[in-house]
Amino acid sequence: MKDHDHHACCAHHASHHELAIEGLTVKYRSLMALDSVSFSTSCGNRVALIGPNGAGKSTLLKAIAGLVPQRAGTIRWRGAPVRKWFSEFAYLPQREDVDWSFPITLRGLVEMGRYPQTGWCGRFRAEDAAAVDRALDALDLTHLQDRQIRELSGGQQQRGFIARALAQEAHVLLLDEPFTGLDRNAARRLGDLLGRLSGEGRLILASHHDLANVPDLFDEVLLVNQRMIGFGPTATTLTPEAIERTFHQSNEPSAPVRPPANA
Amino acid sequence: MLEVLTTGFYQRALLAAVMIGFANGFFSGFVVLRRTALSVSALSHTMLPGIALAIFITGALTQANAFLGALFAALIVGLGSVAVSRGNRIAQGTALAVLYTTAFAAGVAILPHLDTRQELEHWLFGDIVAVGNADLWIVFSISAVTLTTTNLLMRPILLTLFEPNVAAAQGVPTRTMQYLLFGLLILSLVASLQAVGCVLSVGLLVAPAATVSLLTDRTSALFWGGGILGALGSVAALLISAHFNLSPGPVIVMVLGGFFLLAYLFGPKYGLLSRHLRG
Repeated sequence: MKDHDHHACCAHHASHHELAIEGLTVKYRSLMALDSVSFSTSCGNRVALIGPNGAGKSTLLKAIAGLVPQRAGTIRWRGAPVRKWFSEFAYLPQREDVDWSFPITLRGLVEMGRYPQTGWCGRFRAEDAAAVDRALDALDLTHLQDRQIRELSGGQQQRGFIARALAQEAHVLLLDEPFTGLDRNAARRLGDLLGRLSGEGRLILASHHDLANVPDLFDEVLLVNQRMIGFGPTATTLTPEAIERTFHQSNEPSAPVRPPANA
Repeated sequence: MLEVLTTGFYQRALLAAVMIGFANGFFSGFVVLRRTALSVSALSHTMLPGIALAIFITGALTQANAFLGALFAALIVGLGSVAVSRGNRIAQGTALAVLYTTAFAAGVAILPHLDTRQELEHWLFGDIVAVGNADLWIVFSISAVTLTTTNLLMRPILLTLFEPNVAAAQGVPTRTMQYLLFGLLILSLVASLQAVGCVLSVGLLVAPAATVSLLTDRTSALFWGGGILGALGSVAALLISAHFNLSPGPVIVMVLGGFFLLAYLFGPKYGLLSRHLRG
């Protein structure tokens, strides 16, 4: 797990860095949240998860991150079960799930990204500090590093969590509604950033609700409403007909459910 | 006043004040981060019926059985509330309120049947000047255990408090961390019994870090600053109480409360005054 410095070659060896999901099923008690979702993608891609509220977009991200237990199916990364690779995955929570008043500075937040590398009791070494410096610098946050996290704008907070993912040297970024609440400028900036990160060979999966800008922001889309409706390149998959099927399902055996707030 | 400091019991009291003040001040960081100051208050009151129960069962009031009784009652009520709230139906605060009032009621029912009622006042408000060598060892051991454990496990604990989901995904046994914090909290409460008594022990376990949180945004400063403030405040309070012939326990809590008030009013960033001046 020490070979974290090969992002640049991911794109050239996509087959080695594949995220393969087979028959993923998640239930909250008796309520079906995700029903047998299967798809695979590889690093270097930006994947949008599209679907109505409560369709299981967040659940899918959390299942990949290992935050909710799966009822059935497999999630494999680089050919091995995803649990083995937890330090290569970074999950960025939805805004309302973060305790913004926690007394932690932006730098402290980014330092948390090094915990998988330092271990629970290991020393915080110079190279860890250097990784934090690089992450802050890459996202143009160095001058804000001593701010408490609530004192940042929405875009800066979002970039702070992405900086933590960079400090962690994560290959896969799982973002829950990253564009929500950002103004136009911040949103454009985040879009450019995601393009840059995928260009470095990282895989980005993000739940997203604004259909209009999907073609600009994402290479692939996964249409989901409990079951998977479609998956593929944005241009060929995000058709009006597919959108209609995703958002206006009829005769479903059970209504789509929202995950419980604490899941 | 100075000659009083050279006496053995006063030196022991000063040593106890430093250790209890630092360990509890350090731990107050977790209490503030978990936002569980009210549960700490409930737990500290639970210790009294625990002590009463221990006396009732063993027929005598000794250090050892008082500590054990307090520990037992706090563990039952504290861990019980965590267990009950795991079903999602009952919030932990609710469970704790029911359990601790029940325990307190049991203590009150037992009290009239004990012939050591006078000495129980000492457990209510503490008597740090009366610490013996055995007490010092208990305080030292508890402080050492609390400080070592929390420092070794600082990262997983912080991650558990900030983002329990992410912590779990990174392999942190978050449930174990929560129980561990609760256990250590009870140990800290028991350690502060001698100094400030069970009613006032909340002050030592909340005020220091609450004060620091008004002065800094750095997480680590919350713990070390809380520890230093707790130790300084306790020693200062001991000197003040000797000078004015006051009871030391209440003075410790008043000094720490005074620090908090000062920070609240005059803190450079979050203080009332500076916020007012900034508009």
